[in-house]
Amino acid sequence: MSHDAHHAEGTPHGSLRDYVIGFSLSVVLTAIPFWLVMERPLSAGLTGVLIMGFAVAQILVHMVYFLHMNGRSEGGWTMIALVFTLIVVAITMTGSLWVMYHLNTNMMPMPHALGGVP
Amino acid sequence: MSAPSAVVSPIFGRLSLDALPLHEPILVTTFAAVALGGVALLALLTWFRLWGYLWKEWFTSVDHKKIGIMYMVLGLVMLLRGFADAIMMRLQQALAFNGSEGYLNAHHYDQIFTAHGVIMIFFVAMPLVTGIMNYVVPLQIGARDVSFPFLNNFSFWMTTAGAVLVMMSLFVGEFARTGWLAYPPLSGLAYSPDVGVDYYIWALQIAGVGTTLSGINLIVTIVKLRAPGMTMMRMPVFTWTSLCTNVLIVASFPVLTAVLTLLSLDRYVGTNFFTNDFGGNPMMYVNLIWIWGHPEVYILILPLFGVFSEVTSTFSGKRLFGYTSMVYATVVITILSYLVWLHHFFTMGSGASVNSFFGITTMVISIPTGAKLFNWLFTMYRGRIRFELPMMWTVAFMLTFVVGGMTGVLLAVPPADFVLHNSLFLIAHFHNVIIGGVLFGLFAAINYWFPKAFGFKLDVFWGKVSFWCWVVGFWMAFMPLYILGLMGVTRRMRVFDDPSLQIWFVVAGVGAVVIAIGIAAMLIQFVVSFMRREALRDVDGDPWNGRTLEWSTSSPPPEYNFAFTPIIHDLDAWHDMKRRGHERPVAGFRPIHMPKNTGTGVVLSAISLVCGFALVWHIWWLAALSFLAILVTAITHTFNYNRDFHIPAATVAATESERAPALVAAE
Repeated sequence: MSHDAHHAEGTPHGSLRDYVIGFSLSVVLTAIPFWLVMERPLSAGLTGVLIMGFAVAQILVHMVYFLHMNGRSEGGWTMIALVFTLIVVAITMTGSLWVMYHLNTNMMPMPHALGGVP
Repeated sequence: MSAPSAVVSPIFGRLSLDALPLHEPILVTTFAAVALGGVALLALLTWFRLWGYLWKEWFTSVDHKKIGIMYMVLGLVMLLRGFADAIMMRLQQALAFNGSEGYLNAHHYDQIFTAHGVIMIFFVAMPLVTGIMNYVVPLQIGARDVSFPFLNNFSFWMTTAGAVLVMMSLFVGEFARTGWLAYPPLSGLAYSPDVGVDYYIWALQIAGVGTTLSGINLIVTIVKLRAPGMTMMRMPVFTWTSLCTNVLIVASFPVLTAVLTLLSLDRYVGTNFFTNDFGGNPMMYVNLIWIWGHPEVYILILPLFGVFSEVTSTFSGKRLFGYTSMVYATVVITILSYLVWLHHFFTMGSGASVNSFFGITTMVISIPTGAKLFNWLFTMYRGRIRFELPMMWTVAFMLTFVVGGMTGVLLAVPPADFVLHNSLFLIAHFHNVIIGGVLFGLFAAINYWFPKAFGFKLDVFWGKVSFWCWVVGFWMAFMPLYILGLMGVTRRMRVFDDPSLQIWFVVAGVGAVVIAIGIAAMLIQFVVSFMRREALRDVDGDPWNGRTLEWSTSSPPPEYNFAFTPIIHDLDAWHDMKRRGHERPVAGFRPIHMPKNTGTGVVLSAISLVCGFALVWHIWWLAALSFLAILVTAITHTFNYNRDFHIPAATVAATESERAPALVAAE
């Protein structure tokens, strides 16, 4: 791509082609989950998993085609930042789920009726 | 005060004359003193016609050095407020025995311990740490300013707006009575219907904008603006620790923003994220706020680890021992600090597997920290140590911090934590690491870089008085708390039944008084140094025989920092330049491109303050109006294209040659 020539620092700019590809992919990746939910061709559990998968793909499409991220942009810094973010998000989410599911392990069993009394 | 949203006027919201705490003689007296002092200050500024100077040279400045100094002033002013809260608590706890209720009622006392924690962390430690980074980092990497100078000014003023909002709560309404992290359900609408928690939320949200933006700014500065030749592994350790701290800020402060937003939704629109009923779970708040809270601890301490590295290396006259391991230790701490948050709530109910995982990660984090300590010790080993003030603070840090670190590892053992959690042992532990680490480090940094910032050294005598009072006072104030904690005394108590405990609280109170003398001595040190500035003058800009680039500039550095961008060949760039017989360039100057001052940061933060105040008091029209004004002002500012200028080459030449006679005189 010619625009790399006059951006020695490696700051990428998207071409029209990139934006069109990105836009079409996002539309497709949004339409399929909608269709899955509205038509219900699959079981609820599988639908949920698929929607999550499409969401992740959607994030990747946005990062590549709209945020122009790749291993070389900004001298590799955007990639390092992405990896760090993924690690922190993974730690936060899995950790929170783990912690919250474990919450009552050391608690005394409580009569359910007491739950509503302030 | 216990009539939730009884009367909400469409114009004044919940705000009425009842909000003024006229029934609290302590607050009325304080208000009178503050008002008199404030009026006197304003009158003096007007009398000496300083408003224009302050506005043009400081408030609207986008110079990272001036913004750094303003951060330091903010932090030191708020230190006085936070310490006033501390000494009031110590006095209350020393008095409230044998049936005495002390002198503070519960309503007031609970606000004091909350305000003390919030102010000390958010409005003392954070501004001081940010101020040091702001001042030093661009100089250390050979840059002329930060990457986004306007954003820097805006960040400072947002932090200030948060601080002002907390201070307003002292005299208009009340502050939170929940402890410094405002755990629900206590901080929820059902148990805290008053404005206290709302002040807490909006002060932190407004200040959080500033903190996050300044984090982004410094990361970009370090990544993009390093002088040619300064590879990552040639960066000074302080710059490295600053980079890691700002990465932590950017990654963790959004969590705080999110969790406070959820809490405010609970309080303002009736959602049930953290309520006891309707599917809410207060434990989720505790979990989330510590996902921010633990990295926050390292946000505070990491830059000071950098300061200690610079100070140890400079005053031992040696290259830092184990630079590479220091860098890796810092990076490892950065990652590990995200893996330990549950140790703040071992007793919340989790089972053995969760608790032991987080207990072990907590103990693991002490390994890189220990490696750092050995690096400093080996740097000192066989060095020519000069016990100047920064080095004294560093040695005091090493001795004090090790004790705090060891009690921390002790608390990391879940069964021990079940006995000690929420006790004064915990209080003693974190004051041990925050005062012994963060505060001692800040004092080392202030004494170390003061000559760079102002052109004269700080007075040694008063510095030593302050040093000894702080160190002795700290040990006197907090060792009794360790003992009390081991005996099972819990934190945040207002009155005590067991008279045998009183002596410990009296000793701790005396310790707090000794610290007060230390603070006073520091203020005297500033004044005395200013009076003796000619005798203490730093002529050549390198008073300590420094090793990093900031010491290659004049003291104080010119507005543009470096007339020519230095080329870096080695770690400890300035030491390397001196060794190779560096000659200061005297000709061939070129115009320097600089950013222009702007008042938009002040305006935006002032409107944000109004917006926060309106939200606290439910003055909806004002909140909506000021929020709109924020947007309009910000968008308008983007159309201001007149934001840079060039310092002409002749001016640069004149500034640089002004320095030459001084240098000759110093020979």
